[in-house]
This record gives sequence, C-alpha cells and structure tokens, in this order.
Amino acid sequence: MIAKVGVLLWKDILSELRTKELIFSMLVFSLMVAVIFNFSFPPGSEFIKDASPGILWMTFIFAGLLGMNRSFVYEVDTGCLQGLMLAPMDRSVIYISKLLVNFIFIGTVELIVTPLFAIFFDFSIIDSLGPFLLMLFLSTLGFSVIGTLFSAIAVNTKTREVMLPILHFPVVIPIIICAVQATSAIFQGREWSEIWNWLKILIAFDIIFLILAILMFEYVIEE
Amino acid sequence: MNVSKSILGPALFVCMLVNLYLIFMFAPTESSMGQIQRIFYFHVPTAWVSGLSLFVLFISSILYLWKKQRKYDIVAHAAGEIGVLFMTMFLVTGPIWARPVWNIWWDWSPRLTSSLVLWFIFVAYLMLRNFVENEEKGARLAAVFAIVGFVDVPIVYMSIRLWADIHPRPVIGGGESSGLHPDMKIAFYFSVFTFTLLFLYLLIQRVRLQKTTVAISEMKKQIAY
Amino acid sequence: MTETQSTAIAVTGLTKSFGNLYALRNLSFSLNKGEFLTIFGPNGAGKTTLIRILSTLTKASSGEIRIADFSFENDSEKIRRQIGVIAHQTFLYENLTAEENLRFYGRLYDVENLPKKIETLLSEVDLQLRKKDFVRTFSRGMQQRLAIARAMLHEPSILLLDEPYTGLDQHASEMLTNWLKRLRSAEQTILMVTHDLEQGMELADRIAVLVKGKLVLNQAQQEIDPKKFRQTYYDLVEKDKR
Repeated sequence: MIAKVGVLLWKDILSELRTKELIFSMLVFSLMVAVIFNFSFPPGSEFIKDASPGILWMTFIFAGLLGMNRSFVYEVDTGCLQGLMLAPMDRSVIYISKLLVNFIFIGTVELIVTPLFAIFFDFSIIDSLGPFLLMLFLSTLGFSVIGTLFSAIAVNTKTREVMLPILHFPVVIPIIICAVQATSAIFQGREWSEIWNWLKILIAFDIIFLILAILMFEYVIEE
Repeated sequence: MNVSKSILGPALFVCMLVNLYLIFMFAPTESSMGQIQRIFYFHVPTAWVSGLSLFVLFISSILYLWKKQRKYDIVAHAAGEIGVLFMTMFLVTGPIWARPVWNIWWDWSPRLTSSLVLWFIFVAYLMLRNFVENEEKGARLAAVFAIVGFVDVPIVYMSIRLWADIHPRPVIGGGESSGLHPDMKIAFYFSVFTFTLLFLYLLIQRVRLQKTTVAISEMKKQIAY
Repeated sequence: MTETQSTAIAVTGLTKSFGNLYALRNLSFSLNKGEFLTIFGPNGAGKTTLIRILSTLTKASSGEIRIADFSFENDSEKIRRQIGVIAHQTFLYENLTAEENLRFYGRLYDVENLPKKIETLLSEVDLQLRKKDFVRTFSRGMQQRLAIARAMLHEPSILLLDEPYTGLDQHASEMLTNWLKRLRSAEQTILMVTHDLEQGMELADRIAVLVKGKLVLNQAQQEIDPKKFRQTYYDLVEKDKR
C-alpha cells in the first residue's frame, strides 16, 4: 500500500516538475496578496504587526485552495481517475497520495513565502522556529485533509473553482482560528502552554478528519 | 402520510394560537429588557429546530450512504432546507433582540459566531446539491459533506469559544435563560414544543412534495429519453 | 464444476437504479472463456453503466456478478487484476512519456519483469521509437494504441471495451480491428459495448442488444444474418420506444 502511494506520488510530482504550473502560480499569488494586504493599512501603521499572523494565514489558505482546486481536475477530465480506480488497490491510496501531493506543494510554498513575509511585515520566527514549524505542519495537514476530500467533491460540480472555497471555508474555521492564534502567540513570544492549547485542537482536528476522509473517499469517487 | 394533514396540521394550528397567547398575553413582561425580551420565545426555539434539522440531516445522510435508498436522501435534502430556514431566522432574531438591549447588532459572541458558521455549512450543503448534474452522485457527495459538516460543528464551537475567552470583551447580559419567571418557563417550553411540531410538519410536507417532484421527473424520463 | 471454470463472466439479475429510475433492469447473461461478446445499444441504453459495474467503478443496486469465479462483494481487488479496460478515454497522462505511463500503470498492478514487458508491448503496438516522447505529442490513434498496451500490461483474463472506436480515424480503427482479431484468435475473453453497428459485428461470437437497460437480444453470431441485422436492431430499438 505504501509502495502504491509512492508510485502515485512519483507520477504527480514528476508532472509538476515538468510544468511547474502549480507551485509557480501559488508563489506569485502569495506575493501579490502580501502587496495587496499592505494597502489595506495606512502607511507606517502599527496595526499591520498585529494583523500579520492573519495575513500570513489568509495567504496560505487562498494559495492552498488555488493548488488544491487542480488536484482532481486533470484526473477527472481525462478519465485518468477511472484508470486509477481500476488498479487493484484500496481507493484510499488515491486519497492519501493526493493529500501528500497537496501537503508537499503547499508546504513548499509556505516555506518560501514565510521568510519573505518576515521581511515585508517585520516579524521574526528564528527564536521559536520549532513551535512555528510544528504549528505550520499541523495546520497545513488539517486544511489539506479537508481540501483534498472537498476538491474531489467540487470537481463534480458545474462551478468547480467557486465551489471548493464555499465548502472548504466553513469547515476549516477551527484550523484558521487555531493557526492564527498560535502564530500570533509565537510572534509575541508567549509561553509554550498557551501555544499548546491551540495545537491540541489542531491535532484533534487532523486525526478526526483524516480518519473520516479516508472512510468517505470511496463514496466520493465512485461513479 | 395523511396523518400530517389530518392530525398534525390542525394540532399545529391550535398550538400556534395557544403559543401566541402564552407569549404575548400570559408571560409577564421582563423587568429590565421590556417587551423586546418576548422575541426570546421565538429566538431560542429556532436554534432548537436548526439543531434538530442538522441531526436529522446527519442521520439520514449516514443511512443514505449505508442503504443507498433514495428516500433517505430526500429526507436529508428536506432537513437541509429547513435547517437553512430556521438558522436564518435565528440569525435575524438575534440582532433584533441585541440592538435595543445591548445597543449593538452583532457581537461576535461564540454562540452567534458558531451559528453563522453553521449557517454557511447548511448553505454550502444546499448549493452542492444543486450544482451536481448527476442526481445519484449529487446525493452521495452531499451526504459526505453533511457528515463532515456535522462532525465539524463541536470543533468549530470549541475553537470559537477558546478564541473568545482569550480576548475578553465587555460581558453582555446574563445567560439567556437565567432567572426566568415560572410563567415565562411555561411559555418558553410550550414554544419549543410548538416549534418542534412545526419542524415535523414542514419535514413531512417537504418530503411529500419532493417525492412527488421526483416521481414526476422519473415519469418524464421514462416517457422520453 | 467444469461449467463454472469455463465461465468468465456470469451476471444474474443485475439491476442499477436510483429511486424509480432504472439504468439497468434485471440483466442476466454469461460469457464463456475465450468468447467475444458485442453488446449493441443506442445512447442512454446503459452500456457504459454496465461496463462501469463490471469494472468495479460503480456498484450495482442488486443482482449477482461473478468474474473469473470471484464474487463482487468480497474480491473486488482480485477482479480488478483480471480485467483490462479500453474506453474512448485513454487514461493516459499527457505530461508523462509513453514509457513512463506504462511504468506507472505497471507498478500499480505489480507487474513482474516490467521493463521487458514494456518493451514487448511497445513494439507490439508499434510505438517503440516514440517511447521517450510525451503522450501529449501523440495523435489520437497513437494514444489509443498506447491505451491498448496499458490495458494489456497485467495480462488481464477479460477485456472490457467501451466504445473503443470513438474518435479514431480510418487507419487507427483498422489497426484496432486487427488487434482485436489477433486477441480473439489467442482466445482472449472480450466484452465490447458500442452503438456502432459497423464495428464489432464480424468480430463477435455472440451478439446482444441492450435497450433502455434491458437485454432484448442475445444470440450466437452465426444465427444472425448480417444483412438483416441492421433492420432487426432498429426494430428492437423502436419497439421499446413506443
């Protein structure tokens, strides 16, 4: 099973390395968001510091949706999804590999964008890199878990690109709250126990929905 | 099915009249908030009915995925629609109450914010239903979304609660049901009962209507394909 | 016992419905090993649904299906190993080369001796010179040939063909016909569904007609007069419309 996930992962990453469509669009999009957010505050405003965790996460989530929107479009439009479903393996393999692809792509974008945002919005994470990376890992996993499942749903609708955020946002609100709060606690150098409060919810969310998504995926892709 | 027409309908009509009497004549006027407090007898039951709809939606979605019978999907669809309706009423009556009493329309309290999120989940559910071409697939996808949405609700509430706790704002009013006069309690519980009847009535009628719609569209497809 | 062993596909009482809408209605047929069955039917008759159910992409509402003596309930992964599907969609990835596509699917099916297998198949479908080229540069005919190689990779005991001629030019469809003839003489079990009466008539051992989810004809090919078949088919389709 792990070998099959690897095969699917290899296929998606190889295609992406050849076209570089997704990562580049997500990166350029993220940087533009930074510029636009900058204009929503008066020049030299101090608010921007308080708002920077929110800006960071809005950017990640919008960029992530941009990427996740595409994860099943090609497979469905060319019928390749049927090719995958014909293979003698549990169908959760398809879900897990797509989840990993999304997680890797979004994670890559986050690791590139965060240092740039640190420069733009004048925050530092070097002192608390460990908690920050842990928080980044848990939140990104959480919204990829939901996003991957919902992109497989949204791809069947007439208004694919619009449908994914409509399904995705209300459900990932706990992720958004916890990620933003944990990030601002980290930026402000708060105590670990306070950060941990948020991470606990993230862990619970990740585990519950990972299990649920794996159970539900078969129903989603069945013709 | 005719039970709803012959018994439930008239019973509901009588209960609603009694309910209006209890709310506007029988229950005493609240001392600090005044007449506006009476909206509470509508506000809370709408939340109760929304919760009921969500629960019915969840159970019938599971049954649909399990048994694959269209009737469960029809019940789920009806529950989703009733949920949106009552959630909307809840979200509208809340600010109408809050404005004169606390001088703000919207206070981002955990309860109100969670309800708004829940409203979005309900609306997304209905949109999803309408945007899938293949009916069977649409029913299946909607059921999956409803289950994920239902499981999400407590986590949403918990995280919003925690978010509100660490950013304390001026405390507004007491709990909604604290220190109720016994007569108020009678009016309140009767109103919850009446709204529950209303929920059942709407659910049954909506399911009947949907079954007719489905039967007609099936006939059309059988005649001309 | 000998009878079950020679049966490749056995379908009894297969029904696919949503509410009161029936895509397939109480279908029963069987296909022996080495037989070639063509099922004709107009659009919307349920042909694709049938193929999807047989290839485990869709679940039936009721009825029993056995493929190569595996039951659909418990052994769907084993069934998937037994079947190869060729449809009008090729299931190929445009940004991968021909060779990479085959390697990808080969690994999903745990094919042994994969590199050698790929070489053999690519030369059989006459694509060995283009194996390092991206599939997006291929013509429709070449893609369909590669799709044949893809479907044969794991040596399926049963081939399911869903409108394989759609979108093929004259040359490519002749190649497909020749390929199918070769498979047929090699005793490959094949089930093809199509709305195209030109194709698949001469290839088939048995002919069936599916109209509105019901099998209205199922006969050996020898019993059918090819010249009259067109008229018979139209009568069957029209009769059910009324």
